[in-house]
Amino acid sequence: MYGFEAMTFNIHGGYLEAIVRGHRSGLLTAADYNNLCQCETLDDIKMHLSATEYGPYLQNEPSPLHTTTIVEKCTLKLVDEYKHMLCQATEPLSTFLEYITYGHMIDNVVLIVTGTLHERDVQELLEKCHPLGMFDSIATLAVAQNMRELYRLVLVDTPLAPYFSECITSEDLDDMNIEIMRNTLYKAYLEDFYRFCQKLGGATAEIMSDLLAFEADRRAVNITINSIGTELTRDDRRKLYSTFGLLYPYGHEELAVCEDIDQVRGVMEKYPPYQPIFSKLSYGESQMLDKAFYEEEVKRLCLSFEQQFHYGVFFAYMRLKEQEIRNLMWISECVAQNQKSRVHDSVVFIF
Amino acid sequence: MADHGGGGCCPPMDLFRSEPMHLVQVIIPIESARLTVSYLGDIGLIQFKDLNAEKSPFQRTYASQIKRCAELARKLRFFKDQMSKADVKSSAKSEAKPEFNFDELEIKLGELEAELTEVNANNEKLQRGYNELVEYKLVLQKAGEFFKAAQSRAEAQQTEASSQQAAEDSLETPLLKDQDSTADQGKQVKLGFITGLVPQGRSMAFERILFRATRGNVFLRQSSVDEAVIDPNSGEKVEKNVFVVFFSGERAKSKILKICEAFGANRYPFAEDLGKQAQMILEVSGKLSELKTTIDAGLSHRANLLETIGKQYEQWSELVRKEKSIYHTLNMLSIDVTKKCLVAEGWSPIFATQQIQDALQLATVDSKSQVGAIFQVLHTKELPPTYFRTNKFTESFQTIVDAYGVAKYQEANPGVYTVVTFPFLFAVMFGDWGHGICILLATLFLIFREKKYSSQKLGDIMEMTFGGRYVILLMALFSIYTGLIYNEFFSVPFELFSPSAYACRDAACSEATTIGLIKARDTYPFGVDPAWHGSRSELPFLNSLKMKMSILIGVAQMNLGIILSFFNALYFRNPVNVWFQFIPQMIFLNGLFGYLSLLIIWCTGSQADLYHVMIYMFLSPTDDLGENQLFPNQKTVQLVLLLLSLIAVPWMLLPKPFILKAQHNRIHQGQSYTPLEGTEESLQVEAGHDSHDHEEFEFSEVFVHQLIHTIEFVLGAVSNTASYLRLWALSLAHSELSTVFYEKVLLLAWGYNNWIILIVGIIVFIFATVGVLLVMETLSAFLHALRLHWVEFQNKFYEGDGYKFAPFSFALLVDEDE
Repeated sequence: MYGFEAMTFNIHGGYLEAIVRGHRSGLLTAADYNNLCQCETLDDIKMHLSATEYGPYLQNEPSPLHTTTIVEKCTLKLVDEYKHMLCQATEPLSTFLEYITYGHMIDNVVLIVTGTLHERDVQELLEKCHPLGMFDSIATLAVAQNMRELYRLVLVDTPLAPYFSECITSEDLDDMNIEIMRNTLYKAYLEDFYRFCQKLGGATAEIMSDLLAFEADRRAVNITINSIGTELTRDDRRKLYSTFGLLYPYGHEELAVCEDIDQVRGVMEKYPPYQPIFSKLSYGESQMLDKAFYEEEVKRLCLSFEQQFHYGVFFAYMRLKEQEIRNLMWISECVAQNQKSRVHDSVVFIF
Repeated sequence: MADHGGGGCCPPMDLFRSEPMHLVQVIIPIESARLTVSYLGDIGLIQFKDLNAEKSPFQRTYASQIKRCAELARKLRFFKDQMSKADVKSSAKSEAKPEFNFDELEIKLGELEAELTEVNANNEKLQRGYNELVEYKLVLQKAGEFFKAAQSRAEAQQTEASSQQAAEDSLETPLLKDQDSTADQGKQVKLGFITGLVPQGRSMAFERILFRATRGNVFLRQSSVDEAVIDPNSGEKVEKNVFVVFFSGERAKSKILKICEAFGANRYPFAEDLGKQAQMILEVSGKLSELKTTIDAGLSHRANLLETIGKQYEQWSELVRKEKSIYHTLNMLSIDVTKKCLVAEGWSPIFATQQIQDALQLATVDSKSQVGAIFQVLHTKELPPTYFRTNKFTESFQTIVDAYGVAKYQEANPGVYTVVTFPFLFAVMFGDWGHGICILLATLFLIFREKKYSSQKLGDIMEMTFGGRYVILLMALFSIYTGLIYNEFFSVPFELFSPSAYACRDAACSEATTIGLIKARDTYPFGVDPAWHGSRSELPFLNSLKMKMSILIGVAQMNLGIILSFFNALYFRNPVNVWFQFIPQMIFLNGLFGYLSLLIIWCTGSQADLYHVMIYMFLSPTDDLGENQLFPNQKTVQLVLLLLSLIAVPWMLLPKPFILKAQHNRIHQGQSYTPLEGTEESLQVEAGHDSHDHEEFEFSEVFVHQLIHTIEFVLGAVSNTASYLRLWALSLAHSELSTVFYEKVLLLAWGYNNWIILIVGIIVFIFATVGVLLVMETLSAFLHALRLHWVEFQNKFYEGDGYKFAPFSFALLVDEDE
């Protein structure tokens, strides 16, 4: 029923859309960031944040603050908001909201598995996990020795199970395997999410397919750059690219054979939407690529708020909030380590 | 600017014009700054301007002090949290002055917090040990039961098996079976087991994972614990299961251990030997009772500590709140380049000047500063804030006006009239002296318990009712008055002032019919004659009465509004508004509706149709009036009035914009030719504030504005008058509703002569009266009275674009925080 969402959307989605738009207006603005960047100590940051939506979450923290506390409390706020929305959501919005967290789940799985591989304490690892990607029995991941066990023991109960079908091998886990697993899972996840959004149809499908395509393309570029100079074969590399997005399929063919960053650049510059991103970078540089991508993503996410009656706003809000927390973390880290000159390196203004 | 002493047209009135204000500058030496601001906060009559608006909060001078205050506030919140957890109530505010200053308090709170956290940590440690022991004991008991049951079953099996063997000593498989059982026994010895507790919610997943991880080579027994156990790690109450896992092999063991860890299952050692078990249980019980006494001692210590905190908690938190607000205010002051003094700017009412100077002097003396603070008045063109000195009676009425818009500085305040007209208009719609008495009783209850209620926190709705108690009081009194005029008491008429003026012509005239009444006595002295009630002509008579009354009241109130605009024009010395707004408006309104009102008053009792008169006055003013001729020369009078009204419209519309334009041009020309006038001092002061004064004069904008204003007034004169008819409509609805409840419920129930029905009827009547008439009708009449004031009355003169005086005051601080 494309174009007719306005008639029925508000029956179930109206309240939550209002909520999420309200949350969005609580995001920090450029003025806030300017003030935050001038802070001298973490207490200053706390003082400034206490005048924002984060106030209640930070006000009871005793004074010698740490970056981790700030980030933890800010994440707690995001999680509280997410849980509230999830509680209120009906189908299919609740499934949509759950899809948003799968990415974190994959990251958490990888984090735990890598951690146990390097003999870290499970509790310590659990604390590092993103709270949105937690599931029951996540700690049990430490028991598994190889992918097959991983799947059979734990992940079969989680929503990630179907994504595993491509990477069940009996090989022992090592860093390389885990990284491949992460990318395979992510690929399957993105494709599944994409299909789900297509099924929802309407404005949701339109907007989400844009956002997810951007995500898929960004991952493809990252995979390519990260795998340059490793023993990953071209075919293996191509297998990790998601089967949708602007680069699919011809761009993938070209990316798969790239041998250095300038070749990647050459491939990407054929695609008009990505031209401005790469034109900002000087040749041979890949450090600032992440930030350029983040900026582009934030721009696209903000634009999705321009349209009404679709679920893309929830995805966009969660992403923007995560970006905001990343910003806060970077600023706090810079302030704490007296590196204020570098504050602007990685902060992405949202408005 | 007409700022000092008014335009001389009227005597000073407290509530009619807002307090004259001035912008003052105070230069405070830095050493006495804190004390000065604190004394000013006690007075609470100065609104500081933020002179550091461009600085972010942490760049300001006193940011570190504010941080300290925030830290103290956090500690206090921590205490409060702990107190509420331990059920210790903080004692009510004591009037005694806190005998310590800020620094001492900071040290003291720090010590207390450290002590409290230490006590808490100790208690927690003990509690944790205690909880572990409780769990251990549970494990011992439950697992002991498993083993006992298993043993008895095994014995039973063995005896059964042996008896079977004995009985069925067949030839087929005796040897094999024997081997099996011995082999089993042999294996059993090597089995290891783990016991512990797992949260009940996760027990299923736990079992499943165990099964998967060991490929089914485990034997798990679980049994639920009846009561929730406090988890030693989290300190929360959780429902738990005791489990025993049997397994074989080292690898399985390490896997199971990892799984246990992952599921937060607490493991406890367990001896297989029965005797050892009993001994362990005894040991654990002993330890438990020991720990219990230690924990109790710790808890009582903690309670004592909290008790002492609770005694002074309110004092401390007030001190911290004050301190924080002082530093916030200090942060708004700009600091001198020499860093020796702070410069404050703010609005204060002129009458408070002496008070403020006294406070400044006192602060200088008390802080033993060598230099006194300097107080001086600044001249500015900025619009001062609006400040009315209200008391507890007028406050709620002023709130009604402020809810629409805060008055412009020194413009006529409709609040003065609202005190009377608001409850009166309400009462016109709510005329019933029975209902009025009910509301009066309710509001008197609130007023008598004023002292008690004002100090405590009330619910949302209660708070609103309590805030408006004096409004409701007047509303009730006025509705008793109008109720007496309408002669309604729960819709029952009473012959209060004298018997009815009408009587039956003869004995045959029954009570039910009212035809054939003759006037027997003098006219009923006050209000409506009770004989009208229940008669067939009751409605037409009352409707005509109330409708005419509504129009009279409406025209009177609208005239009052226009006259107030005249007072405003006079006060602000604005002759244009007098000649080209006030006068044509008066002519227009009174030429049409003032004339109607006069007809209503003069021609009571005549047969003329007033609608007809009004309508044909427009449609065919020259036609013959026929039977509507009320007085000689009526046609000429009407023609003149109509012409005057018609002239009034362009009079309102056209001249004012042109005159404004001419004025503007004149001022502008004058300015360009004589740029330097006045003393240097005023120039200096004004230089800062003058820049935004040269607004562009857009003729088209002013003209459109005037056009809209005129159209609004002309159409409004008709529609607002019609709008006042709501007085009649609501009053009608009210009396009809109460008649329905009285006749169709109470009298109907009465008619059955059955006491059960009567009781039900009375209950229904009471609920309907209270719910519908006393609550809902009050609300709706209130809303309509509100609308008549906001729209019909205030749009004639009220600008309402001022801003409220928000002084820095400790007294207001407390309400704000709670």
